Amino acid sequence: MAEANKPEAAAREAQWSAWMRASLTGDTGAYRMLLEALAPVLRHMAKAGLARAGAGNADAEDVVQEILLAIHLKRATWMADQPFTPWLNAIARHKLIDALRRRGRRSEVPVEDLIETLPDKTETAETSPAELSRLVDRLDGKSHAVVRAISLDGASVRDAAAKLGMSEGAVRVALHRGLRKLAVMYREAEA
Amino acid sequence: MRTENLIATLSADAKPGLAPARALAYAIAGGAALAAILFFIVLGPRPDFLHAITTIRFDFKFVVTLSLAATALILTLHLMRPDASGNRAILLLVPALLAAAIILELINVPAQDWLARWIGHNSRACMINIPLLSLLPLAAILAALRQGAPTRPGLSGAVAGLLAAGIGATFYAAHCPDDSPLFVATWYTVATAFMAGLGAFLGLRVLRW
Repeated sequence: MAEANKPEAAAREAQWSAWMRASLTGDTGAYRMLLEALAPVLRHMAKAGLARAGAGNADAEDVVQEILLAIHLKRATWMADQPFTPWLNAIARHKLIDALRRRGRRSEVPVEDLIETLPDKTETAETSPAELSRLVDRLDGKSHAVVRAISLDGASVRDAAAKLGMSEGAVRVALHRGLRKLAVMYREAEA
Repeated sequence: MRTENLIATLSADAKPGLAPARALAYAIAGGAALAAILFFIVLGPRPDFLHAITTIRFDFKFVVTLSLAATALILTLHLMRPDASGNRAILLLVPALLAAAIILELINVPAQDWLARWIGHNSRACMINIPLLSLLPLAAILAALRQGAPTRPGLSGAVAGLLAAGIGATFYAAHCPDDSPLFVATWYTVATAFMAGLGAFLGLRVLRW
């Protein structure tokens, strides 16, 4: 099983790093494909990680979303001449441990071997987890309006600019600020 | 929110931000410039600066402080990435330099002068001014680290403190009249350790992500 996965893991690494390189030069299509490809892998990892720590996996999708947001905000720290998978592992591991800690679980989860395993391709998100929506509602001002318009109403940056009477540049700034704030709010949700 | 909506939202936010090396370069340039301004306003180079630069003990202070800054810089760059691979052993370079210099000093200076050289004239000023000149660089470096993804906030903050101390001490060394390695190894080290501790303290608070 593990043997059979090796060439597939190498192909996956090549594809991911190609998408990542393209995205860092502004190719949003490649970026979207990368995130869509990562989501099921992260989902698999989050479920397994939560299960190992004995914290039911009901809110695995919350963890997936938090990891995706971290990947997004920290993507400039990936070096284009380095392999992508270890970087992804490091981010995912950091956020998973953080998420477990917030759920009152301390765990030295060996995430590396989780992410090496290939996910069940049919494993899709069936839930629309509440945490992120709740956090978006706590944003204020322009960030709130922009993140809502883009995330919930599916608006593009241009649509959002027209709808909210803002310049596209201002929408981009508000969006980026909003995403950064969301990451902080996830962390401050610590009880 | 469904994950696909989140992904669409993330894709709309196109700009990836500053690469760690660039963020750190800006922080060091800005921090060092601010420290330089503070240095020329408050302290300035010592009166016999032009003569001093022809003496080996004076010059050696800069070898020490710049080596500290360089090794801490290399490690900071590693620590800014989540899959940090930096080898902390490079931080032993400065203690090794100091140890060698202390031995040479003890060989070349008669024993009755050791105490005077060790205590120097200026130990209190040294312990105050080095942290003072290092504070703004530390703030700038921590701000750059926040752009990165350090998974060990305490260690990253401590190394940022070492880097800031390397910058601050480089300026202070141009003012300080005490050049003996006995003095430098003691009082500069106290000031540097304070900055590392401060960096770790702040790092644990501001470098989580």
